[in-house]
Amino acid sequence: MTDSSTVRSAAVDFKPYVNVARKIGGGVLMLLLTFIGLTAITFIIGRIMPNDPVVAIVGDRASKEVYEAMYLQLGLDKPIWQQYLIFLNNILHGDFGNSVMTTRPVIEDIKRFFPATLELATIATIVGIIIGIPAGVLAAVRQGKLIDHIVRVIGLLGHSIPVFWLGMVALLIFYAKLDWVAGPGRIDFFYDGIVDPITGVILIDSAIEGHWDVFWNAVSHIILPASMLAIYSLAYIARMTRSFMLDQLNQEYVLTARVKGLNEGAVIWHHAFRNVLVQLITIIGLTYASLLEGSVLTETVFAWPGIGQYITNSLFNADMNAVIGGTLVVGLSFVFINMLSDILYRIVDPRAK
Amino acid sequence: MNEMRMTGFSSDPSAQEPLISVRDLHVRFTTPKGPVHAVRGVSFDLGRERLGIVGESGSGKSQTGRALLRLTAGNGSIDASKMEFDGLDLMKASEKKMRSIRGSRISMIMQDPKYSLNPVLTVGAQIAESCRRHEDISKADAKKRALAMLDTVRIREPEKVYNLYPHQVSGGMGQRIMIAMMLITNPQVMIADEPTSALDVTVQMQVLALLDDMVRERGMGLVLISHDLQLVSSFCDRVLVMYGGRIMETLDAKNLDQAQHPYTKGLLNCLPRLNGRHDDLPVLKRDPAWLTEGGDAEGGLA
Amino acid sequence: MSDASIKQNRGLTAWLLADFPQNAFQARCQRAYIGWLSFKTNPIAMLGLIIVAFLCFVALFAPVIASGDGTTQDLANRLAAPSAEHWFGTDELGRDVFDRIVWGSRVTLYIIFLVSIIVMPIGLIIGTASGLFGGIIDKVLMRITDIFLAFPRLILALAFVAVLGPGLENAVLAIALTTWSPYARLARAETLTLRSSEYIMAAEIMGASKARVLFAHIMPMCLSSTIVRLTLDMAGIILTAAGLGFLGLGAQPPLAEWGAMIATGRDFLLDQWWVPTIPGIAILVVSLGFNLLGDGLRDVLDPRSSGGH
Repeated sequence: MTDSSTVRSAAVDFKPYVNVARKIGGGVLMLLLTFIGLTAITFIIGRIMPNDPVVAIVGDRASKEVYEAMYLQLGLDKPIWQQYLIFLNNILHGDFGNSVMTTRPVIEDIKRFFPATLELATIATIVGIIIGIPAGVLAAVRQGKLIDHIVRVIGLLGHSIPVFWLGMVALLIFYAKLDWVAGPGRIDFFYDGIVDPITGVILIDSAIEGHWDVFWNAVSHIILPASMLAIYSLAYIARMTRSFMLDQLNQEYVLTARVKGLNEGAVIWHHAFRNVLVQLITIIGLTYASLLEGSVLTETVFAWPGIGQYITNSLFNADMNAVIGGTLVVGLSFVFINMLSDILYRIVDPRAK
Repeated sequence: MNEMRMTGFSSDPSAQEPLISVRDLHVRFTTPKGPVHAVRGVSFDLGRERLGIVGESGSGKSQTGRALLRLTAGNGSIDASKMEFDGLDLMKASEKKMRSIRGSRISMIMQDPKYSLNPVLTVGAQIAESCRRHEDISKADAKKRALAMLDTVRIREPEKVYNLYPHQVSGGMGQRIMIAMMLITNPQVMIADEPTSALDVTVQMQVLALLDDMVRERGMGLVLISHDLQLVSSFCDRVLVMYGGRIMETLDAKNLDQAQHPYTKGLLNCLPRLNGRHDDLPVLKRDPAWLTEGGDAEGGLA
Repeated sequence: MSDASIKQNRGLTAWLLADFPQNAFQARCQRAYIGWLSFKTNPIAMLGLIIVAFLCFVALFAPVIASGDGTTQDLANRLAAPSAEHWFGTDELGRDVFDRIVWGSRVTLYIIFLVSIIVMPIGLIIGTASGLFGGIIDKVLMRITDIFLAFPRLILALAFVAVLGPGLENAVLAIALTTWSPYARLARAETLTLRSSEYIMAAEIMGASKARVLFAHIMPMCLSSTIVRLTLDMAGIILTAAGLGFLGLGAQPPLAEWGAMIATGRDFLLDQWWVPTIPGIAILVVSLGFNLLGDGLRDVLDPRSSGGH
């Protein structure tokens, strides 16, 4: 909490802005610390992996000389902390090494796979916001009524369904039986490679280039996996909205608003919801971040060429550079989104200044 | 209405029609622990006067005030054989009608501005909202009115305060803002529910004095709800003493020492005195019979 | 009218609802009873309780309920449709799906139990120590907690399993390692509010050591919120474990783990739908049960967030 007396002293006071700057600075520091922690953990995981990084590169039939040379080149003879610094330095230069599986630099793979995950998570989050927030508000306003029970049960269901299983069942029904949507994958083979990757997000690229047939094919592919993730996000957002809203509706300022003679719409949306919105920013950020990582299972079921599938496939092929690179990128975007929502929160909530 | 206001303040309620008339008011709540009967058959009249309601916590005094606005919480129900305001039956009025009365003709001030002001809206916007709700005026005019009102409640630099958020103002200033917000529509009745309990002792009297001036100038009816018998008796014309959801006794404030009811006497005995001293701190005796007998429920008619 | 009727009640109910409890034990029982009263009126929470109780029942009496051990193969009878003999049909190796579901409930309970006994002590000790001692200990512990909080859970669990090797115990360890951090935060927050309370001060004045204050006075107070949080997280834990099993990183065959059952049944979805569908429903029902129960418990134990009037 800020010291209210300093803020009270003058209307045009630059102190609040200094405070915001300092808090954002604190956020950046936190990000740095988390970054170091993330890299340290992934580094340790990479080092204690049961497979030999040298063999992973030169193959197990290489001569002893080749092996030794690569051993030295990787700096494995140096003390562990030096190895970590080399690792850190490489990462900062965007060098995650080469992937054994795809034989290309890991950073190139990530550039190719990450937009697909981003596409899924973004759509799911947007759907979650559009449906989840009104549902949560409605449930809170009608607490204990039928609509409240429905929203609560849907909210709890969304948190209880194994998404990978639901994805399978949805594929069975909507693709195999009804043939309403396209099957696994991001785009039909027939349309693959028509659109030049500008952003890497097929929906955007095809729209920019006017390839509407590609666009609609991509839409047909993304509907099911995006819905699976959207169930999770809308359940979580609706549940949190409901609980925040109930909390706010019991606050005394809501009584004040009613005493003023405002109608229920104004009391709910103009007064209570304003306060809920401030809290929801953090929740939406969290949802988005967890969808980025939580899409691993959905991507597996729908053969969606995203970062989650990339990491799991690499894991099974003992492709450590790819696992470390992918994990780090997901972890960093996770931290970055949370930091962004934190900054946004400080800007929107007058009390945080 | 203006004419009535011009007549100013009268301490004699019987001279005019009462503004509010309540008979046999009950407020009940359902809780997991079972039903709670918070207000049990309260009757009183309010004229253009200052009426105090005194009682301990749980005596039903706040619920009586809220019932007048029909703003009892969702799990509660109100029931009365008569609840009239200025010739209008509040029990039968539609919710829409009630909304047009709330804030415009009957207003209420709550205990703690820290909680009763919306934390994410500027205080100016909250004051202006009050008058925009009930009067058809432009945004700019509403702002002018709000600024003038801030000046009326003796806030220096209204322009500056207008753009502050509730957490940036002190408790005393917050309560003045609350008063400004509730008075901007010139209501006929003001309910003040413990308006000074959350404030520092030093600003309590300032806020009370302000409230007093506003009520006198505008010739409003005031219901002051408090646990503080001393404060209420020095400030009001008449005092209702409540216990267990019933009115125990109604007194003229100046005749407080003539209290008949043992509960009121007990309350008076608890007050510290400068002259003379108690040998023991007297313990308030409560008689279960007060809750079942008629008591002095028809207090307002005395 | 209400008060009168309550006062006329004699015996236990009256004792439990008395306005002025005579001792700490009565007060505690009253709190529990009033909690139970509001829990009881919440049909959703009661449903959760029934589901969780049912899971425990099935796991406990698995040998009686199941007709076999769930691993006996009967290749002549593979992928049989649900029938009177095989209620949920048979899988690709002719094993009875019903039996595997019943035995799988033990695996699920085992996971829940292991994760709980790892996560609760770690979270409680780190959180309360951090809050009570403050200073540099607090700073260091909370930074570590924040890093774990910031780390994507499923990916971290994947990476841990990759290091430790696939298997049920390793999956549990990986889940626990990624789950403890919010508990430390929760316990620290509670400790901070408790630390300044007068009864802690009284205990310190009486000469209680820091360790005694920590274990005897602060930790028990943090327990209820931790349990509520754990119940609410339980569904997530079950789903993560099932997800790891689905990816082939959790329980290894022939152990009947529901997630792994879905993974192997995946190929038969089109023609023998029951093979992957039934374990999915089992996971859904159990995690739903924990969610419902946790929701109800929170309403009762943590009135701040219940939103009741």
